[in-house]
Amino acid sequence: MKSHYADQTEKPVTERRTFCVLVDNEPGVLARIAGMFSGRGYNIESLTVSETEHEKHLSRITIVTSGTPSVLNQIEAQLDRLVPVHKVVNLSAKASIERELALVKVAQFGEHRGEHRMEALRLATAFGAKTVDATLNSFIFELAGPADDVERFINLMTAIGLVEVSRTGAAAIARGAEEM
Amino acid sequence: MSEMMTGAEMVVRALRDHDVNHIFGYPGGAVLPIYDALFQQNSVQHILVRHEQGAVHSAEGYARSSGKVGVVLVTSGPGATNAVTGLTDALMDSIPIVCFTGQVPTHLIGSDAFQECDTVGITRHCTKHNYLVKRIEDLPRIIHEAFYVARSGRPGPVVIDVPKDIQFARGVYTGPGEIIHKSYRPKMDGDTARIEAALALMAKAKKPVFYTGGGIINSGPEASRLLREFAQITGFPVTSTLMGLGAFPANNPQWLGMLGMHGTYEANLAMHGCDVMVNLGARFDDRITGRLDAFSPGSKKIHVDIDPSSINKNVKADIGIVGDCTRVLAEMIRIWREKKYQVDPEALKSWWGEINKWRARNSLGYENSDSIIKPQYAIERLYALTKDRSTYVTTEVGQHQMWAAQHFHFDEPNRWMTSGGLGTMGYGLPAAIGVQMAHPDALVIDIAGEASILMNMQEMSTAAQYRLPVKIFILNNEYMGMVRQWQELLHGGRYSESYSSALPDFVKLAEAYHAKGIRCADPAKLDAAIQEMIDYPGPVIFDCLVAKEENCFPMIPSGKAHNEMILPDFAGSVGDVIDAKGKQLV
Repeated sequence: MKSHYADQTEKPVTERRTFCVLVDNEPGVLARIAGMFSGRGYNIESLTVSETEHEKHLSRITIVTSGTPSVLNQIEAQLDRLVPVHKVVNLSAKASIERELALVKVAQFGEHRGEHRMEALRLATAFGAKTVDATLNSFIFELAGPADDVERFINLMTAIGLVEVSRTGAAAIARGAEEM
Repeated sequence: MSEMMTGAEMVVRALRDHDVNHIFGYPGGAVLPIYDALFQQNSVQHILVRHEQGAVHSAEGYARSSGKVGVVLVTSGPGATNAVTGLTDALMDSIPIVCFTGQVPTHLIGSDAFQECDTVGITRHCTKHNYLVKRIEDLPRIIHEAFYVARSGRPGPVVIDVPKDIQFARGVYTGPGEIIHKSYRPKMDGDTARIEAALALMAKAKKPVFYTGGGIINSGPEASRLLREFAQITGFPVTSTLMGLGAFPANNPQWLGMLGMHGTYEANLAMHGCDVMVNLGARFDDRITGRLDAFSPGSKKIHVDIDPSSINKNVKADIGIVGDCTRVLAEMIRIWREKKYQVDPEALKSWWGEINKWRARNSLGYENSDSIIKPQYAIERLYALTKDRSTYVTTEVGQHQMWAAQHFHFDEPNRWMTSGGLGTMGYGLPAAIGVQMAHPDALVIDIAGEASILMNMQEMSTAAQYRLPVKIFILNNEYMGMVRQWQELLHGGRYSESYSSALPDFVKLAEAYHAKGIRCADPAKLDAAIQEMIDYPGPVIFDCLVAKEENCFPMIPSGKAHNEMILPDFAGSVGDVIDAKGKQLV
């Protein structure tokens, strides 16, 4: 067992962590969670929420956050002590899958129109994105995948003619047969 | 036990079912149906306060002195917003409160109706949990849940916002039964392996210390009894936070006095120099730790807390034990005896030798005077003249609060009610009213400052109406004393706005409130005046004129460690002791 000294002289290193939170789907529960983050000065990188078990009125919230390990542990404890919270799981501590969905609008290809249109389509195919809308001078791609892939796809599209992006934030689940 | 009744009747019926005898409140348009239901029964007595903040503080005083849940009833809009300070106070100090707020009818919610406010939105951050009741079917369950949430685990305030149409609506009432909450089930029993590891550490300790807090008080009188037993078995020294005073008797030789910013020299140096620290129900608050990276550098820390988020929040625990103090202490004592643990008697003896040397510095000493009442002396005399009675003390916030903590000694839990976490000026008088309601025959004293007392002075009317013989003992130094002290130490003695000008004549003010006023400025007459206050059967305002520029010592300055205390015999300029970084802290 270490005393608390060594850790405090270490330079604070922040990391990302994904939490899954199972909550009662009651009015104000999202405000309670979001308010806890803002009230205590924690970061939210993304947050998704939806009812997952209708009969039990349970919603599942996936929160991606960042901070020092002690702050992240504190976030877990603070989430767990909220009254409507059933369970908090640190998905970063186990093998898990994280996916997000993005809708990416690319348009106004300018003077290299033909070339850029072709390149946009080629990249979309390479990333496994679906073309969900097309006009003579625009595309909308739907891409589902890890946040890093989405990030890279958006960066590439920026060079070609990115107009706007809508991202859902991460939904995540642990690998294997085990229940949360 | 199902029965048809209106929502308002359900509220009153549920209060009865939860064994509530007194509630503190203030009526208004959106709670009239509940007031009507209260009018038609005799089992719950309503105490009419003069401001909703006072209602919550009264309920806090009631709860803290009796161990029951304090109950508040206020109206919508301003009724609810006025209660916010009290609710925050109860959240910070972990006091069980259930607060009913009226709300405009459901169909008007969101329309900016008269006296509408977003009560659940506003109180979300200052309650442990809150509810807006949208259907009469939910009301009984929500009330029962609210009482359960308020008193279980780490206690706290719970708000139930009840729209007026729900109060009128009829529905089926079912009694509390056994409440099994869907998601909120605090862990009460400590992990045995961790308890065993903690005991093994304690048995090997050469310089141990018990650092106890409000968690012992909140856990109930049995926790205090167990703490005494465990301290006796181990022979360890005991110190406590402001919130935990009384859990361990101040007349016990193992008692070091309070620790922290205005704690004793021996308590703080024992914390700094210990090798094993046993934190029981305290939360390493910044008033306790001082400079964090120099806090108790050589110790292994055992932390027992019912709230998992308290462990490793400010200070890293070597062994964290989540559980209720009573259960964990009982288990610790059982295993300690079973394994026949013994502390190294030689090491403990030499540790006590060190502590006694620190104790000999007499850090609470002060220079007394024949001509002017020193505030410390006033508290000492107040203690001496009341200690053989059943006495309860509340305080406001400031220097007088710290002097009371230092010089008034408590041997029993639940006798000391002070706003520790939030530091709410104006807490003491309404809290004293709540204490007196719970203990009609006891002597209840609000140790106050002349500035704090004016913040909720209107509650004198409540004391008069219910013939509550609370005694308000004002240490009147004509300054917001703690503000003035900090301005002296940190801001070059520029006393910006901290002088209490245009003070009322407190004796006349007492008379205006149908109470007795006593003024004393002479140390020689102080005892007789205090005795007169004690003997008077009704409320008293005692205007004790004390030395104006006395500072509260000892003190750990901002940004300093426990071994860098300022003692009362410090000769130099205190302003030089605090560096620029410390001045930025509060």
